[in-house]
Order: sequence, then C-alpha cells, then structure tokens
Amino acid sequence: MKKNFRVKRSKHIDETYKISFKFNGKLYYGFKGDTLASALLANDIHLVGRSFKYHRPRGIMTAGSEEPNAIVQLHNNSPWTEPNVRATEVEIYEGLEASSQNCWPSVNFDIGGINNFLSPLLPAGFYYKTFMWPASFWEKYEYFIRKSAGLGKSPTKPDPDIYEHRYIHCDVLVIGAGISGIISAKTAAKNGFKTLLVDEKPYLGGSTIYQNSEYFKINNQNSGSWLEKEINEIKKIENLEIKTRTSVAAYHGYNYLLAKENLTDHLPIERRKNKTRHKLLKIRAKKVVTATGSIERPLIFDNNDRPGILLSSAIKKYADLFGVACGKKNIFFTNNDSAYETTISLIQKGINVEAIVDNREEVDSKLIYEVEKNNIKIFKGHTIVNTYGYKRINKISIMQLSKDGHNVIGSKIDLSCDCLGISGGWTPAVHLFTQSGGKLKFRDEDQVFIPNIYPSDQISVGACNGDLTLDSILVNVPKSLKDFLNIKNNVYENFDVLSSHNNSKRNIWLLPSDKVLGKTNSFVDYQNDATAKDIKLALREGFKSIEHVKRYTTTGMGTDQGKLGNMHALGIISETSEAKMGELGTTTFRPPYTPLTFGTIVGRNVGEYFDAYRKTPIHEWHVKNRAKFENVGQWKRAWYYPKNNENMFQAVQRESKAARESAGILDASTLGKIDIQGADASEFLNRIYTNAWSKLQIGKCRYGLMLNEDGMVYDDGVTTRLGENHYLMTTTTGGAANVLGKLEDYLQTEWPELDVYLTSVTDHLATISVCGPNSKKIISEIFPSLDLSDKNFPHMSFKKTKIGKIHCRIMRISFTGEQSYEINVQANFGKSVWEKCMEVGKNYNITPYGTETMHLLRAEKGFIIVGQDTDATMTPIDLQMDWIVSKKKYDFIGKRSLYRSDTIREDRKQLVGLLTDNPNEILEEGSQIVSDINKSPIEMLGHVTSSYFSPNLKKSIALGVVKGGKNMLGQKLIIPMENKKINVTVTDPVFLDKENKRLNA
Amino acid sequence: MFLINCPFCGDREQSEFKAGGEAHIVRPKQPTELSDDEWAEYLFMRKNIKGVQFERWNHVHGCRKWFNVVRDTSNDQIKAVYKMGEKPPT
Repeated sequence: MKKNFRVKRSKHIDETYKISFKFNGKLYYGFKGDTLASALLANDIHLVGRSFKYHRPRGIMTAGSEEPNAIVQLHNNSPWTEPNVRATEVEIYEGLEASSQNCWPSVNFDIGGINNFLSPLLPAGFYYKTFMWPASFWEKYEYFIRKSAGLGKSPTKPDPDIYEHRYIHCDVLVIGAGISGIISAKTAAKNGFKTLLVDEKPYLGGSTIYQNSEYFKINNQNSGSWLEKEINEIKKIENLEIKTRTSVAAYHGYNYLLAKENLTDHLPIERRKNKTRHKLLKIRAKKVVTATGSIERPLIFDNNDRPGILLSSAIKKYADLFGVACGKKNIFFTNNDSAYETTISLIQKGINVEAIVDNREEVDSKLIYEVEKNNIKIFKGHTIVNTYGYKRINKISIMQLSKDGHNVIGSKIDLSCDCLGISGGWTPAVHLFTQSGGKLKFRDEDQVFIPNIYPSDQISVGACNGDLTLDSILVNVPKSLKDFLNIKNNVYENFDVLSSHNNSKRNIWLLPSDKVLGKTNSFVDYQNDATAKDIKLALREGFKSIEHVKRYTTTGMGTDQGKLGNMHALGIISETSEAKMGELGTTTFRPPYTPLTFGTIVGRNVGEYFDAYRKTPIHEWHVKNRAKFENVGQWKRAWYYPKNNENMFQAVQRESKAARESAGILDASTLGKIDIQGADASEFLNRIYTNAWSKLQIGKCRYGLMLNEDGMVYDDGVTTRLGENHYLMTTTTGGAANVLGKLEDYLQTEWPELDVYLTSVTDHLATISVCGPNSKKIISEIFPSLDLSDKNFPHMSFKKTKIGKIHCRIMRISFTGEQSYEINVQANFGKSVWEKCMEVGKNYNITPYGTETMHLLRAEKGFIIVGQDTDATMTPIDLQMDWIVSKKKYDFIGKRSLYRSDTIREDRKQLVGLLTDNPNEILEEGSQIVSDINKSPIEMLGHVTSSYFSPNLKKSIALGVVKGGKNMLGQKLIIPMENKKINVTVTDPVFLDKENKRLNA
Repeated sequence: MFLINCPFCGDREQSEFKAGGEAHIVRPKQPTELSDDEWAEYLFMRKNIKGVQFERWNHVHGCRKWFNVVRDTSNDQIKAVYKMGEKPPT
C-alpha cells in the first residue's frame, strides 16, 4: 500500500484538481499548484537522478531555482523535449512526462554507479592529468569523455514553440516579490513611479507568504496573512505592473536587464498552440531595487548528498506551501535557528520530528524552548559524522564537537531517520548585484558577503542585502527606500513586529569527522561532484586563486552555478590557506542567473527573419527565370541562369561566350551609389581617390581607387560628373555602407570646411548593364533618338535620356572589356526597362548573366575585384596599378603610406597572371604558390586569388599574388596540391584584348 | 549595454552607435613632410587607457553624426559628451 505523504491541507494547493503525470514512465498524481518536486515527494519519491561524475544517487534537495540535483528531462524524444530542467521549478500539468538524466539503464540501477566505487581514483583534475599524454591519443580519449559527460539530451527536432522579445522602460524595477519586494514595489508605485515587479515563481510573497506562526507577527497578525493583504492591495495599483514566472537572467551596466517571462510551460502541451512560450524582456530601468532574498546553505559533512537530505527551508516550504511531508522520521542538523522554525511548522502539521542536531551549545531562543516543549530531543554541540542508506537516507551517526569546533570527541551515536533537513545559515543572493558590476564586502559576524558599492542607480534590500530576519527587514527596507527614491512620506512606518529568531550561528565551513579527510565524501558542489578533499587537493597542488580552484575542481561550474556550495568552497580555501574571506573575493557571477532556452535568446529571429536580405527591383524576374542566387553582403544577387540541365560550369561558359560574341545583360543594381553634391565636391574626390578629378569634364566618367590611410586598397568604382558640383559615385556591392561611413567621417571630422553633401542612392536606382559587340545596336533600338556614335558618346562618358516618360542616365563604362552601357533608372522602373532590353535584345541572343560570369569576364580582362584579389595588405603598386596613382597631387588619403619603408619593398606580394602548362587544368582559388618544392620548409610565395576556365581564350586563366611577382614574368612556379603539383607560368594579368579594341569596336 | 547621450538626439542604446577609437588625433596637414616615424606615430600609435579616455563615436543607426565621448573604460561610465570641434572638458 502506498504511504500518503500529503498532510494537512495547504490553501496554495487545490486538492479538488487532480493532475496525472509520468515520471520515468510511471503514472503518478499530484494537485494543481504542485511542482514536479512537491508531487514526487508527495508520492514518497526522493531519488530522481544520478550525480555527474560518480553517478551517486541523488534526491530533491531544495524547493527553488538553486536546485543542484533534481534536474530532469521533460518529454523525451518529442519536439517539446527540454533537458536539465529543475524539478523544483516545473509546475505540473496534465500529461507532463519527466525522466531522470545521467543514468543508464535506469535511475535505480545505473551502470555508471561504478564510478562511485572508483572515486578514490578520480580526484580533482583527473581528466587533465590522465588524458594529457600521449598527445596523439587525445582524439580517442575525447570520444569516450564526451560520451560519459553531459547531463540531458538536446532536442533533435525543430522547436515547435513561438518566442518573443519585448522592450520595457520603467522608473523602478523591483526584482523579487518576497516581503521586501512587495514593500518596495508598493512604496515606489504609491509615490508615482512607473514600477515593474518581477518574480521567478508563479505566486507572489516569497517565503513569507506561507509563514503561519505565532512567533513571527506584523501588527499583531501572523506575517503570512499580513503579506497576503498587502499583495491584494498592490494588485490594484495602476502604475504597477506585476510579472510572475519571470526570472531576471542578466543585470548589465546602466540598469539594462534581461528577464525571461515564462508564459506556457505550466500548460498542457495541447493548450500551448499558437501561444508565445517565453518572452525575453529587455528592461531599461531608471532605478532598480534588488530584493532577491537569500539561499539557505547546506552543511559540509561526510555523505551529505544522499536522497532524503534536503535544506531545512525546503522541508518547511514543502510542508507549508504544498502540504507535503518529506519524511515520517525527520531529523534536522543546523548551526542556527532556522531548523527550529521548520520543526515548529512540522509539529503544527503533525509531522514527526525525531531529533535536532545543533552545532551550537546552549542558546537562548524562544524557538528552541518551543521545540523542547514538544519533547523533541536536541543534541547540542554535536555534528553529524556520517550518513547511511544508498538510495535513501536511513541512519546518521553523530558525535560531540570539541570546544574549538576542529575535532569530534566522545563516542558515536546512531539515529535512524528517513529524511534529514540541514541548515548552515543563509547566503544573500547577490548574483544580480555583482553581475551589474557591484562590489561586495564581507560581514564577519555571520560570514556573508553583502552589497557594498553600487555601480548604477540601484539598491539591494531585504535578505539579499544581509537583512536576514523579519524585524531587520521591516525596519531597514522602508528606511533605505526613503533615501533611494527621495520621498517624504513612506507608506510603511511604525510596524509592530514580533520576530523570535535568535541570530546566533556557529559557522564551521567543513565539519570535522572521525575519519581522515581523504576517506570522506563531503560534497561542496553537488551537481559537479566536487568535494572538500578535491578543494584541499587543489590547494596542495599549488592553486591559489579562487578562480583557478574553481576551474580545476569544477566547483560552481554546473547549471546551478554553485548557488549552494560556492560559499563553502571559499570558506574551506580561506581556512586552509589562512587568507581572510573578505580578501579572497568571490568567483565571478555571470549571466544567466538561471539557464535560458535558446528560443528565448533567438526570439522571432528564425528562418527568413534570421537575417534581413536585400532584393534588387529586378529580383522577381531572376526568380522567374530560374536564376541561382549568391549572397553578396546582405544582397541576393543572381549568380547564374542554368538552362535545361546545365550545371554551374556549363551555364557560366555559355553566358560568358554570349556576352563576348553578341550581347549579355547584367543586373548591377546592387552596386553602391552615392550622390555627391556641393561646391567642393571635386576637391573632395581629389582627396579621397588616388587619381586627379578636377579636370574631369561634365558628362564624363572616371574609374577611381580609394585607399585607407595605411595605403592599402579599400574600394573602387566609377564616378560620373553629372554637373559642375554634382557627381554620382559607385562603390563595390559589399563596401557601399562602409565607404559612405568613411567619407562622412572625413567630412565631419577632418574637413568640416568642405561644402559637400553625401546621399546614399543605392536603393533608389536600378542599374542594368548591357554589354557585348551588339550592345550598341540594342541600346540604339531602345533609345532611337540618342546619338551613340563613338565621337558623341565615347567610352567613359554619360548621357541623360528618356524611355517614354522614364528618365534614364546611361553610362558607357565597362567591367567586362566589351563595349557596354549601364542604364540607371528610378528603381520602380527597373524591371520594365530590363524587360524592354530583353525584348529588344532577342534578335541578338541577349543573354542574362550573373555574378559568376561577370567575375570570369573581368578576370579575362585582368580587372581586380576588391576583396577577392586584394585583402587589406595590397597597395595599388602591388596591384600593378601605378597608372592610377597621381604623382602630381600634393595629398590624398593613403598617399604618404605608399612610400613607407614597408610599402616600397620589392618583395611584397604583387598581382600577376598565372597560366597552367596544361590549358585544361583549372587552379583552385586559395591554392599556395611555391617555386622550390624540395626545399624544407617550403617557402610560400603567394596564393591564387581568382581562377576560371575562359571559354573565349579556350584555356584556364588565373590571377594570384606572388612575392616579387612583378619581376617574374615568364618564370615557372608550382602549385602543390594534395595528390599532384601543377606547373604554372607567371604572366601579365591582362589575358584578353590588351589594346582595348573591343571597348570601341 | 550602455546608454550614450548623443549631442544631437539624446539618450540612445549603445547598439545604435559605432566606436571610432581615440579622439583628438588630427590628420597631419602636410603628410609628405613627415618622416616614416612621424607618419607611423599618427597612423598606428593609440593610447589604450584603463580609466578616463577620450573617444570618437558615431551615431551610425541614428543621425550619423560623429562626436566625442569621455568614457571611463574600467566601468563604462560616460563623463561627458561633446560635438566635433568643441573643446574637450577638463
């Protein structure tokens, strides 16, 4: 018969609403309001997982987000699966399926458990020490290490859920809705501040809301009832927004915070459809009140990790909030009054408490007297030295502590139990405060770190600020708020508080044992299986910095980030190395405070929204004509247009031939276009380009090369003089935004006196390039009134004209070496003008070509592509483009750098042409170029930058950069490949029509 | 992520801006007169201060104006913001 661990009804649980769920395949029941952890405990299930390294059986240890052990996989093998979820945070719903992680074949019988018996052989740094050598074996080791590491399984199917991002701006953000947070939110909102209150739990009120004790009263009501009334009141305040199930993940500078609002995880899966699952809130708050409370500390003793060992505060929460008894024979082990508070709660509910083991000697405390009245045995000045029970605790051994607390004395007493509550006092949750850049100070009396120096307009209040008792919270929180918010009247004043805690605590970081340390398993970090002896070993091996000890022992590196054990690790280091806690400092708390799903981070930026892309006005035509596309910057550019079953090579060969034999047409709309106007426009161009611009006539075009101040080629393009003070500059597709930025930079900061205005017109104009021997005929048919004679409209000139009512600018410029015309029209007309060209061009076999053919054609002609044939180390001289560098101009950007000692070296890499001995052999772009293959090490002379098979020259051609290449014409070089070496000859980079006959044909 | 008080637009998110390195480095008026070392000094040498640093920033996704920022690089606190051509605060 199943034992029932559900005790006296809790008002937070709806016992009329039964919910069924599965854990490790078995069906269980819980009630509405339960978490997975409380429902499992109600079914007397403590063992939920295996530890990371030793595969020790582990149970539920806490009742909150600090849980290290009870992490489970939800909905395994479904698209909704999620690994490493804390059972203490999962609200149960009909159909929930959870399973244990890190165990095989089952949590009850786990083969990895053998590691537990091998644990003496697996000390800290075991992997570092063992798998270091021989180095060549690493790949083999890695395979097995990766297999045995890791917790849950990541999903293999696409995420079916919807995620969102939202920006929130508020006057005051209050983090945490415990008693301090509620007081803060009400105070801020009542004083007119636009306030946002968030809490990670589904309910408000923190741990006070279920406080129902004669010993803790506010204005003569028990503190839980008092807070409930406050909560009902703040829900009505208009300028206060309250968000539950919302955990702050990161606190950045300038009060910028990220929070995850969980909207559907508590709903049955069929009810989540079409709803947003998680929202990432990007909060910018003028002021922040951190009221994140505190986390109870465990105690560090031998075998302190068995299922059935929980934090004392967790046992209280399970009893008070969920109406669940964690055991029938409870024992508590404490160094402060908190365990007595829990005991009183259990007594109220009729749950049996066998005994309390207290580190402290005689303490004058009302709570202790109450417990003693109930005939519960208290072992004062005692410590636990060992626990028993493999899958569930069944017995503890205790001994008396010596006066100084360093040793145990007397004889062992055994006590049987089925649940052990431990309390090592409280650690203020300062994680978010330190993330924001705050500096902590150490308070010696009770050994806690508390906020000290605030980096932004913020304040920590309540337990996270070190006010760990009800009376100190009610005195200090309203007082600090008054200063922080600069208000005259506080809504909270003159409380009548009863708080029965005695604040004494006997802090011993590592409790003594009758065994030597090496024989104990005293866990400091439960999730990563780091023990006290591991930390001491690290110190013995010479690690001193807390950050190094952390990484060597992996303490605090689990998904819980050491929320429970970090303080003990520090304490043990401090005691062992005799350094003061305050001087040791803490490890760095990094975001996120609790893990975020990838979906939350990504939001709606998935699929086609992952990255914005740009389309030309003619894009639809390319799609219709089955173009393959290539990404260039943000643009989708037509790459090639395969016909029938052509592959890329065949299509490009056909397109390239057509462009040279008759006519080709290219959508060049993506070229960057900058409209330049102003009285000093010519002077400006003089300064930014290497060549001279003052004498360029209106209606003429000129190619320009732009350098960085270091003399390296930055961008190139043709600029047309449209009027006296009016130019149209074109840039490379990918460089457009950067070029505009660079020009603006110089205009605004170096030459503000110049009268120049820059406007990006890339998107405003469609550019259609028609090239080939028949291009003139096609253009003349489209523009019959235009005089296209070489005399009136020569190469590198420009005409304004019209098709019907559409204004056009036509530039006779060429990137292919063929006679060609670029038509610029308002973007809206781009597609119709393109279609007109196609219609007229039909008689001339006009062939649309893409970027690949464009690259091939310009390579035949030896034209460079900035970014392909250049990187940020090529000067115009390296490119054999000396002709474009003005000798007369006094200055231009980059000029001085062209004769630095480094840029005038003869053996710089220089652009050359490369021809393979075998004309059918096509080089691979990026291949290394060498001259002597027998010399060791082989000297790399350069690499291939562009390579194609030229259908017009009927041979393979390539461009490359070679050290001292300019003086190597005719020389033989070698391209070593994996299975062969290819012989090449250095040539001039211009392969076709050196005399430019085709341009004027 | 910090807020920058653009002198033309007001407080905006850092993601709207582009950092432009150290401020108050003036391009030499006569580069050709400079030795290699002097030119290298202008071209390459930059301070990298832990503490208060004078920087150029551009409101690239806003008004596109360049301006100067005085920032403490150790904690990202911005001490002052002023336009190009204005005198740096002392």
